[in-house]
Amino acid sequence: MKILVGYKRVVDYNVRIQVRPDGTGVVTDGVKLSANPFDDIALEEALRMREKGLVNEVVVVGIGPADLTAHLRNGLAMGANRAIHVTTAETLQPLTAARVFQKLVEREQPDLVLLGKQAIDDDANQTGQMLAALWDRPQATFASKIEIADGKATVTREVDAGLETIEVELPAVITSDLRLNEPRFIKLPDIMKAKSKPIDVIEMTSLDVDTSDHLRTTLYAAPPKRNKGVMVKDAAELVAALKQKGLL
Amino acid sequence: MSKVLVIAEHLDGKLNPATARAVSAAAAVKPESIDVLVLAAHTGTLAADAAKIDGVSRVLTVERIENTHPLAAILAPQIAKAAAGYSHVFAPSTTFGKDVAPRVAAMLGVTQVSDVMSVEGSHSFKRPIYAGNAIVTVEAEPSHTVVATVRTASWPVAAIGANSAPIEALTLEVALPTHTRHVGMQSGKSDRPDLQSANTVVSGGRGVGSKENFDIIFKLADKLGAAVGASRAAVDAGYVPSDLQVGQTGKIIAPELYVAIGISGAIQHLTGIKDAGTIVAINKDSEAPIFEVADFGLVGDLFKLIPELEQAL
Repeated sequence: MKILVGYKRVVDYNVRIQVRPDGTGVVTDGVKLSANPFDDIALEEALRMREKGLVNEVVVVGIGPADLTAHLRNGLAMGANRAIHVTTAETLQPLTAARVFQKLVEREQPDLVLLGKQAIDDDANQTGQMLAALWDRPQATFASKIEIADGKATVTREVDAGLETIEVELPAVITSDLRLNEPRFIKLPDIMKAKSKPIDVIEMTSLDVDTSDHLRTTLYAAPPKRNKGVMVKDAAELVAALKQKGLL
Repeated sequence: MSKVLVIAEHLDGKLNPATARAVSAAAAVKPESIDVLVLAAHTGTLAADAAKIDGVSRVLTVERIENTHPLAAILAPQIAKAAAGYSHVFAPSTTFGKDVAPRVAAMLGVTQVSDVMSVEGSHSFKRPIYAGNAIVTVEAEPSHTVVATVRTASWPVAAIGANSAPIEALTLEVALPTHTRHVGMQSGKSDRPDLQSANTVVSGGRGVGSKENFDIIFKLADKLGAAVGASRAAVDAGYVPSDLQVGQTGKIIAPELYVAIGISGAIQHLTGIKDAGTIVAINKDSEAPIFEVADFGLVGDLFKLIPELEQAL
């Protein structure tokens, strides 16, 4: 069995991002970049499946500029067998990203595509669902448990009302939720080993992907600030203040 | 002129109030009509309830046994087909809407507008990115259907009761896949108010210390008639189930009063409560980031302060 794992590079989740004063974007120069946390979880899950003998090949996929190669090496150091780097200078919207994945699915014929449930930069939560639609295959989003057997995946999903379990026939697209697993740390010897693992570099233009998006981002703004609050000295003062505001 | 199709969300035969929030967002588009689409095995009471929502022009029903459970792969082709003739398709930004709407969007060849916070024009919307630390304005092309999910915390529930929209059964010629099956549902049901619609929410974090200690959070919540929430740290430590998690990866809420107890206030948590009316923080660490957003802060030991608080109530 072969798994493709989406491995996006995003501004590290601990960075307090700043909106550029002219509203053209957020400041990313010199800001720490990391793997999207949900993608690390997706990769970890794929590696665990391989360790159980369910999977023989785990391929990490990144879409982005030339320097994304270093990021993909991290995925290889974590344990992926090889990487595919689709090169483009553009920032892709989810539909275009899903179309790129669809082209790779045609080439690679994976049994499973594992993606994070959302990227913490655009917070879109769309690419996995879109790929499943374009591929006309099942989707299991927000997965917190995955069991693979007999050409099927039984997936527990984190939904608002609790935990839902669904069964999907493979091939399928599964997106990871936070509670799926705890990703492993990368060890130094693995970083050395990763240097000799193959990275397949593909120009996005050579994939003949429809890049017509219908959304334009026209303005970035900082969220409205909350007014500075007050510190109260004890429980009685707090209750009095809340009562005065009509909240109790 | 715009015509909006709102996808109804329901569970156990009840319409989710998130549907009426999506209708509020649809009304902000100032459309010619707002139709609600109900897909279920039995649409009777669901359709009747949807018809009572203010602003709804028509309720369209699709009754099929395959629609017993909300499986995106089954619902999406039906929604995409029903979307013909509509300028907009809106769904609530709940786990239901987030699962199905992007699948519909891809079938219609558009990127979805996720988590609409405000409608600036019929094809212009504001939405949060970077965990709510930036707000972007996005423009959709009028030549294509807009598919959007509506951030429930940003929109009021449209008034229910005064309206009586006509209900029409819809027959859609769509072949449905059989590759996806519902197996079961384990719900974290409680008698307390629903976290996402409660006026008051009391949340506990790592500072609460243990699963047993979390009882004092439940007790205080009951006294206030509040829903109970938790930080990711409390969920990961096993104090409470994950459906109580508030934050970027949990639930985004906007109660009138939010009481954070023993929660430091990581940015991922703050994202989930930014739009709360009044935030109260109780923490022993006076440097905790939660105090930067709190309207009222109280520094001290929660095990001493909560009983005092209950006394003062």
